[in-house]
Amino acid sequence: MKHTGSYGRFGGFYVAEPLIPALEELEAAWLDAREDPGFRAGLDRLLRHYAGRPTPLYRSPTLSEDMGCHVYLKREDLLHGGAHKTNNTLGQGLLAARMGKTRIIAETGAGQHGVATAMIGALLGLEVKIFMGSLDVERQAPNVQRMRLFGAEVVPVDNGGGSLKDAINEAMRYWTEHIRDTFYVFGTAAGPHPYPSIVRDFQRIIGEEIAAQLLEEQGRLPSAVIACVGGGSNAIGAFARFVEEDGVQLIGVEPGGHGVASGKHGVTLGAGRPGCLHGSISYVLQDACGQIHEAHSISAGLDYPGVGPEHAHLMESKRAEYVSATDDEALDAFAWLSRSEGILPALESSHAIAGARRLADRFGPDDVVVINLSGRGDKDLAHAMAALERRAGE
Amino acid sequence: MSRATPAKNRITAAVRARNAAGQGAFVPFLVLGDPDFETSLMLAQTLADNGADALELGFAFSDPPADGPVIQRADERALAAGMTPAKAFDLIEALHRTHAIPVSLLVYYNLVLQFGVDAFYRRAAAVGVDAVLVADLPPEHAKDAVEAARSHGVAPVFLASELSPPERLERIAALAEGYIYALARVGVTGEQTDVDPNLSAALDRMRAATDLPLLAGFGIGGPEQALAARRAGADGVIVGSAIVRRVAAHLDDRDAMRDAVAEIASTLAAAAHTTL
Repeated sequence: MKHTGSYGRFGGFYVAEPLIPALEELEAAWLDAREDPGFRAGLDRLLRHYAGRPTPLYRSPTLSEDMGCHVYLKREDLLHGGAHKTNNTLGQGLLAARMGKTRIIAETGAGQHGVATAMIGALLGLEVKIFMGSLDVERQAPNVQRMRLFGAEVVPVDNGGGSLKDAINEAMRYWTEHIRDTFYVFGTAAGPHPYPSIVRDFQRIIGEEIAAQLLEEQGRLPSAVIACVGGGSNAIGAFARFVEEDGVQLIGVEPGGHGVASGKHGVTLGAGRPGCLHGSISYVLQDACGQIHEAHSISAGLDYPGVGPEHAHLMESKRAEYVSATDDEALDAFAWLSRSEGILPALESSHAIAGARRLADRFGPDDVVVINLSGRGDKDLAHAMAALERRAGE
Repeated sequence: MSRATPAKNRITAAVRARNAAGQGAFVPFLVLGDPDFETSLMLAQTLADNGADALELGFAFSDPPADGPVIQRADERALAAGMTPAKAFDLIEALHRTHAIPVSLLVYYNLVLQFGVDAFYRRAAAVGVDAVLVADLPPEHAKDAVEAARSHGVAPVFLASELSPPERLERIAALAEGYIYALARVGVTGEQTDVDPNLSAALDRMRAATDLPLLAGFGIGGPEQALAARRAGADGVIVGSAIVRRVAAHLDDRDAMRDAVAEIASTLAAAAHTTL
């Protein structure tokens, strides 16, 4: 490896020996592609004409009134595929093709990364296998149908709790078995080096556009950027441009589930401890011995007991802060934004909105707050409506 | 290290003793605490009584990405029965009260980290563990673990695969003690019907980098593969899933479980010990 992928005391590549040559090959290909203007131009063309970038930065009148400051939504929900995931899968898909790999695999929780990977597989003519916890296969049926329509094979994972972490374990096993012809399209800014860096670099465009769009409209950078954090890819993409800008608060919102005290949550940074999961050192939800806990969230995409190592470092170095929003608060935000502006946010992104509304007191009328609306909520309709009805009945 | 020097490490010595007689070593694997503490202790004793030259003992982990389904299930059974690293060490201590057999551990790094790296190796040494392989700890990140292992007289073991290039093998050899865990296939644990045709060339490359014994593991499902791995140049074989599958097949009958494990161990030991 050329780099260790360290973020402070976090990161690294803690994987079994057979995967090391594959990670070295990936790192070399990535370093090479990054310097190649042709690669960048090809990606930019697809981002623009296939995926629909740049996405709008939209001033939300109701959120602005509600929070007493200027609130903008970065509309990643309008990206092709329905979420920010496409930024990353287009990049990694082109990298896979450049490396001569014929098959791409991915894990998926909510199904958004699986859909985005399947889409790119169809576009580039690559065979696609998606590993998905059997629980998630059930609760995200429309996304499973989309993946299959795009020609991907969806492999339900029953091991462990049948959730996102188990899907990652299974994808890593499959990759280990098929290392020569298979490219693992990792979905979030976690995992072994070089994935956290690759995913951050491909998602960085979110923050780049926020900066450019806000400079044009308001002549300034934001006071704060707020994003939900599961593994943390949309958040790191929104933050990366601003890490060196001291005046910009960076705020991540973790899934509070039923509340930290209940033990049923995904508050990895707020309530976890440093540990080693899925190839890197970061914060992890675990017991005293180091057995990994199941995370819980109403949103499958945030249901992950780990988090990207760069977030762990941003928290410990106090450059970013991390708060949480519960299932109920996210549901409220989901219904509220739908009703007030006709925008149906993903349950994941609803956490960012809920977290922002809770922090409203710290912002004044001159402040500009950008919330990353990382995805659209169509996939969540059945699940969210059932939860809302259940709640109305109580 | 010259081959003539008597080995300090008990596993190295056990393998060399077999090799000196033209035989290979047999190292069976169990997940500690599968399906429960007492039964697991009985199974470890059974293996020691049926031809094992050393034991490789796994610490159950909730998220084992290097393991196939058979070992994953064993981890789940052990965890469901309340296994912890502290109890796993107690189990080894209990085993060593009746059997002096050398022991190597197979663990995932998070369990070592949460136990405390130095405390882990100190406790391992105290219960008579001879070597530790941390499956997801490559040499690049192994500084703390190797220092702790050495300071407590435990051999740090590393994996090597046919995909590891020569300079990487040198790096592994520079840190490793006890033996090299030579992957008999590129993949995860689990029984296979054939031994990887590249194994012989891979073992040759490893041999060029180290004098340590090369124990082949991953995918050795029966006596034919054990023999094939020996013929490919392995100094011994490590067999996991084929043993653990017998455990899983007899969960409702401890006597039948013991008999099945004894039988497969004897068969595999005979193959490994065959004079070539």
